[in-house]
Amino acid sequence: MAGFPLLTAILLIPVAGIVLLACLPRSADKAVKLMSAAIMTAVLGLTLYAYWAYDVGLGGVQFVEQISWIRELGVSYALGVDGISLPLLLLTVLVGFSTIFVSWNVSDRPKEFFIHLLLLIVGAIGTFISRDLFIFLLFYELGIVPSYLMVLGWGSDKRVSREYAGMKLTIYLLLGSAFMLAGVVSLYLFALPDGLRTFNMEALAQAAGNLSDPVQVVIFFLLLLGFGSTLSMWPFYSWAPDGYAAAPTGVSMLHAAVLKKVGAYGLIRLGLLVLPAGVAFWAPFIALFAVVNILYAAFVAIAQKDLKYVMAYSSISHIGYILLGFAALNLISIDGAVANMVAHGLMSALFFAMIGLVDDKTKTRYIPDLGGLAHQMPRIAAGFMLAGMSSLGLPGLIGFVPEFTIFVGAFRAYPGYTLLAISGIVFTALYILRILANVLFGPRRAEFDQCRDAAGVELVPLLVLGSVLILFGVFPQMLMGMVNSGMEPALALVVQHLQAAPALLGGVF
Amino acid sequence: MNIALLTSEIAIVLLAVLLICFDLLLPRQEARRSLGYLAVCGILGVLLYTFTQYGTAGTVYRDFFVVDSLALFFKQVFLLATLLTILFSFDYVEKFTESSGEFYALLLFALLGMMIMASAHDLLTVFIGLEIMAVVFYVLVGFDMAKIKSSEAGIKYLILGSASSAVLLYGISWIYGFTGSLLFKEIAANMAASPAILMGLGLITVGFCFKLSIVPFHMWAPDVYEGAPTPITALLAMGSKAAAFAVLMRVFLVAFAGLKLYWAPVLSVLAALSMIVGIVVAIWQTGIKRMLAYSSVAQAGYILSGLLAANAAGVKGMLFYIVLYMIATVGAFAVVVAVEEHSGSDAIEAFSGLSHKSPLLALTMTLSLISMAGIPPLAGFAGKLYLFMAIAGQGYLWLVILGFVMSMISVYYYILVVKAMYSRKTGDERRLHVSGSLRLVAMVSMFATLFIGIYPEPLAELANAAARVLW
Repeated sequence: MAGFPLLTAILLIPVAGIVLLACLPRSADKAVKLMSAAIMTAVLGLTLYAYWAYDVGLGGVQFVEQISWIRELGVSYALGVDGISLPLLLLTVLVGFSTIFVSWNVSDRPKEFFIHLLLLIVGAIGTFISRDLFIFLLFYELGIVPSYLMVLGWGSDKRVSREYAGMKLTIYLLLGSAFMLAGVVSLYLFALPDGLRTFNMEALAQAAGNLSDPVQVVIFFLLLLGFGSTLSMWPFYSWAPDGYAAAPTGVSMLHAAVLKKVGAYGLIRLGLLVLPAGVAFWAPFIALFAVVNILYAAFVAIAQKDLKYVMAYSSISHIGYILLGFAALNLISIDGAVANMVAHGLMSALFFAMIGLVDDKTKTRYIPDLGGLAHQMPRIAAGFMLAGMSSLGLPGLIGFVPEFTIFVGAFRAYPGYTLLAISGIVFTALYILRILANVLFGPRRAEFDQCRDAAGVELVPLLVLGSVLILFGVFPQMLMGMVNSGMEPALALVVQHLQAAPALLGGVF
Repeated sequence: MNIALLTSEIAIVLLAVLLICFDLLLPRQEARRSLGYLAVCGILGVLLYTFTQYGTAGTVYRDFFVVDSLALFFKQVFLLATLLTILFSFDYVEKFTESSGEFYALLLFALLGMMIMASAHDLLTVFIGLEIMAVVFYVLVGFDMAKIKSSEAGIKYLILGSASSAVLLYGISWIYGFTGSLLFKEIAANMAASPAILMGLGLITVGFCFKLSIVPFHMWAPDVYEGAPTPITALLAMGSKAAAFAVLMRVFLVAFAGLKLYWAPVLSVLAALSMIVGIVVAIWQTGIKRMLAYSSVAQAGYILSGLLAANAAGVKGMLFYIVLYMIATVGAFAVVVAVEEHSGSDAIEAFSGLSHKSPLLALTMTLSLISMAGIPPLAGFAGKLYLFMAIAGQGYLWLVILGFVMSMISVYYYILVVKAMYSRKTGDERRLHVSGSLRLVAMVSMFATLFIGIYPEPLAELANAAARVLW
């Protein structure tokens, strides 16, 4: 398939699909859903092919495409994936594929719903495959407004009103993206002289040597504010619980599983690989924030009674592990962080999908109202168990190896923080086991006897996400090897740079 | 003297006269819509003709009137703005005014004023163009006789507008007195930073800032925007402002380029004030027209900041922004017209549930507002990027940061409208009637906003070519 624009196809198939969907009549509910499913199936097929065809031995950026776009600004339509972005692309497409089936029962204006959903997916796909910062930002922002409209139009009002939650989410994300933009524009302006300026990520990484340390520190701070709020890093996390809880299931899945990872991906791709001195300066702070994320969010999760809030805080807590791996600044920990991005994405998507099903069938997400669901819904219970065990880091499931790797790497840099972070696992166990026990097990409740177990298309998310959880759990090398092939060469440059210019604050903590 | 260079202006005058004659000949009871179609066809013809004028640069009558690619660029903006305005105002005009025949002819005279301003190359021509446009607007703002607010707005605009014209004229006379010329090039040649000339420059700045509704000379804008018939509000926001910018570029960058040291700090403060006041006050508005009025104050602040760069990049940024702002404004006002006609109100509340009544209009409004807020991948983002990069390159980092922060705050009130449109169904379930021409305008605006956002290069190149004329 040499010469075939694989990534463009992955990007354009859903775009074409959106156009087609827009042309369908409003009443064609079934056609809209089937068409969306067909689109995402095609995209999934191509992405799996890309994952298979990527040459791990060769490493580096592959499937490269580049067309000059806005010449005077140095913007080009540049796509390509390496070992860091390809697993995230796979994650996006797997979750995106599942959200179509999770949303199968949407009956209120399905046409608009699926158009928005696909827009969100296109945005996420685009951010991971672009090698040009300008289009990276375009794609990132592409998803924000559709998310808002979906929360408004199809969200739930259970604890906070959807107007409130949607507005909060949108404002946090937009403010974050303003900082991101400020960081990116200053990077663009300072890295290269006029005439040579470019938004190309690799070119900027090469040119990073031109930036003095204080400039890097400031630019990275801007990026940290921006990506940090996308990532729901403490203290910029408060939009996430309300936002996830009010959003329709598919949107919660995409946001928790995929869009959060854009923040982490941005920190690695733009922060670590372009601004090493800036990262070195802020890393101790990030490690501190990470520990706060892990412990604080886990505590809050324990106290929650709404399933979606438990998962929202749990995902904020898990983000802490990723941040810790990032802040430790060595190959092992960062490999673990990237792999954990995928692991957490798949697991939280599965969790949200199962919560959505429970909510659909029992009409409640309130934990005290639920119980003994395994009697009536064994399949949903299996999904919960898989996601929960993976979240605990049970060996054999996807969560174990990445978390372990993070701790191994992070221990070298921050032994104290790492010990604190490891203690977070205990709290994770507490809330996960508590919801499993209180929701699934225990005496049979008669009021749920009418509720049917997941069946038909509802099973697709469970089967797809669940099988990947197990596959990557049993063969972690499929994921870790890929990540490492991307991280190792990229990081070599950075480590060189860090050794040449010792960090300003790195040794203080 | 090369009369051929005036062809498009002459054509517009003839078209206006033709419309007046037809209006007189048509029987009273007959609808005046045919006149609107005639005007549309005429403007379209002139618009196409202006493309043939590229490359035939020249001046008419001792350099008073210049045709170059910058002037042509602006003329095309004005023609397009007027064309789209007429297209979405058919129903509105017939319903709300008795004398719809004059309406189209008057619009054409306003257009003429703007086109003269775009080509003006001396202060007197500037003033003549400005007054042609302004006098017509005084009439048009008060055109809706049945509405007391419209008459009030007309009077208010007339009094304040005349005062500002007087200030401008006074400034012009100082400049003439102390440089001995009205021509931009000669003024630049005889320039010296004497107190008298600075005084004249100051008066001229005040006069223009009034037309641009730059803070603190913006007080008239919300009342006038609110009271005027909605299509006129749209044209005021797009056309009259763009025309004033057209003049401002030549006045400041050609005639007074030597005094940049003096005017740049003043303008930077005015631009900053406009951004802050426009955006902060817009948050509290409950009527969409007042909200858009304050937002246009802020937008004028953004555009004005491009002047500070005083180079081709800055002017290119301004031109680019003016076009995309025009497109977004056309889209937004087309929707306002439709909703106002439907519900009889311009309150933001009247937009609740619009997405159920007309998804097309709701989407157009959303894209227009989000583009104004500068969110990618829409045109407004590219526009802000060009502007900010140009002024950042000249060391106005504080203004760039302020602009970033302010545009993020502006998202809040733009999104309030989006929220109204997409949430809550109201009891009012009547289907919204959208005429074909209005639908066309909505689609044009939507596609242009998206297209320019995703692929800004063609427009940027055009703007670049126009901007280079000044250097």
